Amino acid sequence: MEYLYYPGCSLESAGRPYDESLRAVFRVLGLPLKELEDWNCCGATMYMSVDETTSLAISARNLALAERNGGADLVAPCSACYTVLLKTNRFLRDSPELKAKVDRILGEAGLSCKLAVKVRHPLDVLVNDVGVEAIAQAARWTLGGLPFAPYYGCQIVRPERGFDDPEYPTTMDALLERLGAKAVYFPMKTRCCGGMLMTTFPDVCLQLVKELLECATQNGGRCVVTTCPLCQINLEAYQKRVNRKFGTAFDVPVLVFTQLLGLALGCSEEELGLQRNLVPLKTELVPLHA
Amino acid sequence: MADSSRIPGSLPASERELRSAFMEQARLVPGGERIARCIQCGTCTGSCPVSYAMDISPRMLIALFRAGEIERILRSRTIWICASCYMCTTRCPQNIKITDTLYALKRTAMEAGLYPDRFPVYLLSRIFVQIMNRYGRNHEGLLLLLYYLRRNPFGLLRLVPLGISMLRKGRAPLFPSKIKGIKTIRQILRAAKALELPAEKEAAKYVKGTVGYGAVG
Repeated sequence: MEYLYYPGCSLESAGRPYDESLRAVFRVLGLPLKELEDWNCCGATMYMSVDETTSLAISARNLALAERNGGADLVAPCSACYTVLLKTNRFLRDSPELKAKVDRILGEAGLSCKLAVKVRHPLDVLVNDVGVEAIAQAARWTLGGLPFAPYYGCQIVRPERGFDDPEYPTTMDALLERLGAKAVYFPMKTRCCGGMLMTTFPDVCLQLVKELLECATQNGGRCVVTTCPLCQINLEAYQKRVNRKFGTAFDVPVLVFTQLLGLALGCSEEELGLQRNLVPLKTELVPLHA
Repeated sequence: MADSSRIPGSLPASERELRSAFMEQARLVPGGERIARCIQCGTCTGSCPVSYAMDISPRMLIALFRAGEIERILRSRTIWICASCYMCTTRCPQNIKITDTLYALKRTAMEAGLYPDRFPVYLLSRIFVQIMNRYGRNHEGLLLLLYYLRRNPFGLLRLVPLGISMLRKGRAPLFPSKIKGIKTIRQILRAAKALELPAEKEAAKYVKGTVGYGAVG
């Protein structure tokens, strides 16, 4: 079964390691992945602040385009895109008034959206469609007991009730532990990283990032593994600023889960975009062995 | 700080307009009317990771709305500090769509042009929308550039080292790319604009005899 791929704007820029490692992982596991042709930006949290109907219509354009692909699921790795597309589906389903408006608007652009496409997160696809055991069978290396903090962030599990618990998900924990890593106790696993607040209210965002890194390291985590490109960049790229502001000494590698998964599957560092990470994952941290 | 000119049960004209504008926005939030059920338990404030930095807490925001003080809400930083993490919405015992209500308030603020003093944070959303409308996709570099130029040009200097690292790591494309179907985006925008005819805005009423709690209607 083919999967449609919706990278989202972030994965084409700051989130490039996520894009590369996701494609590599899907390829190795034999999952056909086709990029949705001419997808547009989902609108993230920004468009909804300006105009709701237009925001929904623009987001629905992607769903309309996806529907032309014979019912394939749409895989959206970025948590913001994922939640926006799910929200679009839900709002249009729950409000006939909104649906009518959006249908008219899309009609003017020659598009129609029947809410027939399922939007999935790659973590959901990998664990629930392929299965942890099947992935473990395909793995060439084990992750050598690497202690990691499983950081899901907020929008992958909220507000849409999806494939895991909204406050204490365990999908990624289960996957990576089966592959030999060790998930440390991390009660902040769905606490917000601040997202775009790093641009609008950096002081607040740095506080959130500091609390997350503190929780991860104090519980023995040697790296943080994320599922969202924005969380990844917020936790990775501002450690020096956090250190300056709070007198801490963080130097923690922050990966996306497909990078670690890819290592277990035998992909090269380059295929997984590991050389693009700002805090390098020191090889002694991940003593891969067969 | 009681305003002696306020008569219980009636709203000043400006507040009535804002209320109408807000109710228009909130009507399109599925489940938005549940805001009337708030029991002021404070779970939202307690769950919010950024409430410590807000001038009005989420719980207080709902209380203020029901007391007919939307203007005070819009003059606070609260709605703009919200990071959309949805923890409040998930835990609210009355199942109120708090985060989505805050989005509706943001839209009301933009419509009414009401913001806290010297507070160009709303510009980020505006600029994002402009870039998206033009290219069909977002471009982080352009977004940050335009935002910081208007908000805090010196803040840009601080970002330069990070920008350079990202460029060298191949994580910062220099130029925005336009989608092929940008025409459809423009058609969508035109159609959406045509649909936003000034709707019959119902005059917002205070329900007499139900102090503070007859807020929705």
